[in-house]
Amino acid sequence: MNWIAWKMLTGDRAKYLGTIFGVAFGCLLISQQSAVFVSILRRTASQIVDVADADLWVIDPQTLSIDDLWALGDNTVLAVRGVEGVEWAVPFYKGMVTARQPSGHFRQAILLGLDDSSLVGAPRTMLMGKLADLRRPDAVILDKAGYRYLFPDEPMELWRTLEINDRRAVIVGICEASPPFQSLPILYTRFSLARDYAPKQRRELPVVLAKASPGVSTPELASRIETRTGLATLHRREFAWKTIQFYLRSTGIPINFGITIALGFIVGTAIAGQTFYLFTIENLKQFGNLKAMGTTNSRLLGMVLLQAAIVGGLGFGFGIGAAALEVFGLTAVSMAVIVFLASIMSAWRVLVLEPAEVFR
Amino acid sequence: MSSPDSGVPAVRCLGVVRDFGDGESRLRVLHGIDVDVKLGEMTLLVGPSGCGKTTLISIICGLLDPTEGDIELFGTSRRLLSGRALVEFRGRNIGFVFQQYNLLPALTAAENAAVPLIIAGKPRGKAIEAAREMLDLVGLSDRSHHRPAQLSGGQQQRVAIARALVHKPRILVCDEPTAALDAHSGLVVMELLRTVAVQADRSVLIVSHDQRVVGYGDRIITMSDGRVERVERGVGAQREVRSLEAVGSGRVGS
Repeated sequence: MNWIAWKMLTGDRAKYLGTIFGVAFGCLLISQQSAVFVSILRRTASQIVDVADADLWVIDPQTLSIDDLWALGDNTVLAVRGVEGVEWAVPFYKGMVTARQPSGHFRQAILLGLDDSSLVGAPRTMLMGKLADLRRPDAVILDKAGYRYLFPDEPMELWRTLEINDRRAVIVGICEASPPFQSLPILYTRFSLARDYAPKQRRELPVVLAKASPGVSTPELASRIETRTGLATLHRREFAWKTIQFYLRSTGIPINFGITIALGFIVGTAIAGQTFYLFTIENLKQFGNLKAMGTTNSRLLGMVLLQAAIVGGLGFGFGIGAAALEVFGLTAVSMAVIVFLASIMSAWRVLVLEPAEVFR
Repeated sequence: MSSPDSGVPAVRCLGVVRDFGDGESRLRVLHGIDVDVKLGEMTLLVGPSGCGKTTLISIICGLLDPTEGDIELFGTSRRLLSGRALVEFRGRNIGFVFQQYNLLPALTAAENAAVPLIIAGKPRGKAIEAAREMLDLVGLSDRSHHRPAQLSGGQQQRVAIARALVHKPRILVCDEPTAALDAHSGLVVMELLRTVAVQADRSVLIVSHDQRVVGYGDRIITMSDGRVERVERGVGAQREVRSLEAVGSGRVGS
């Protein structure tokens, strides 16, 4: 009977391809919108994820996200270093500054201050220049996207200068960095220099990065640091998730993208459902015929579900091929739901079909 | 009204009543039908449109339930069969020929004729082999690879007859088998049914209001307004028996 179901499905190639296209289009809509949504949320935590060297982020308990850091006391680094099981602990600065281009234009930029001696948190991929040059006076490293933002249509070259908060900054390197949520340039510099570039505040240490000694688990160390200092201590994955949750709670991103994804789901269901439903309705007489000839309801249901699974599988394959692979799981589940919804109406019509219809 | 003729009844209708709708919109379509369909005979069920012929054969085949009364199929009450058992009984014992052929357009003639065997669980290859033999019997061995759209109406109906007989059912039910065919093709189909379908262990029940088919029946049941008006002996058995080759190839006399 599966063979007959397959033959019925593929007998009319135009309808068969049309049904697959409907599913593929719905799949593409959902996966594409989901990919944008996931990508934006990932950007909110990109500066956390990029710091791969440190296990733990020590922050003020009131901190809500990487973009909402509350400054710590200046002696916090020493306090953390004093906790048993800490291999090292270093300061880390993250703030917003205004950079003045040689043309005189001002641009907002993200400033990351790395520990002067260890440079923990430095960019992992240098495109031009050397990381060691960051120890030169007034040295900054700029990310590639930021360079194109600050110097549009100009070739990438080192030793160009900027003014940050009326202080000279020399670009000694160009690097790759994960794009931030605000799409602003990212400037890396030494922690001591970052304090000079940033506007003066009473406290200027937003984060302490720490690494656990060999044999000490990070949850255990986090607990010890929290007990000793009274500060929040999160693994970088926890802090990234906290930041994402902050954006989910505090911005319209989930609603806007949720609506778009929901629309994709509805449109996808409508297209796939309608095409598959029409396919079944057009074949209703054939199903009635099979029913009259002794095919049980369970076998007919199996035939409809098999046809739905074939269309769903191929449609998903084509749709996902045209969309972002990173949201494979979400899209697969969505497509399974769409195909289920689309096939259930068709299956219902077949199941309630009076076989006596064959005489009409 | 039962026939006084002798013969073993394959189907006995015992006071069959069928209503459609509820309350004030209730419509009685069959008013206590008592009639037998006997083995080894071709029974014609004739009457004007709307007289209840199709409803009666739907009940006989187990596609509809009677509101009142009962049907005995080979001595077994229809009431004892329900759900899956009824569906399987129908699949094993009843063959259908429809007015519009109802062939699956995506399947070839041989594949279409094999469907009842596939439903019964026979392996596809063996089912198609048996279907080819049956197509040979109805004179379509050279059309076994053709799809329905590549066949004439008469050829499609012959494929439908092959499909209806391939699993050797004990009852063959034909609903207006000649209505969609021209005069010549209609006669070919009736000759074929007379020659191939009628056997000692099988009943052939044909619903028709085509006057041309009357001469093929052994018994003619005339219905009117949901009741059996009369049951008559037909002259079908006295017809000249033609060779299968002549019938299958469509070479029938006028």
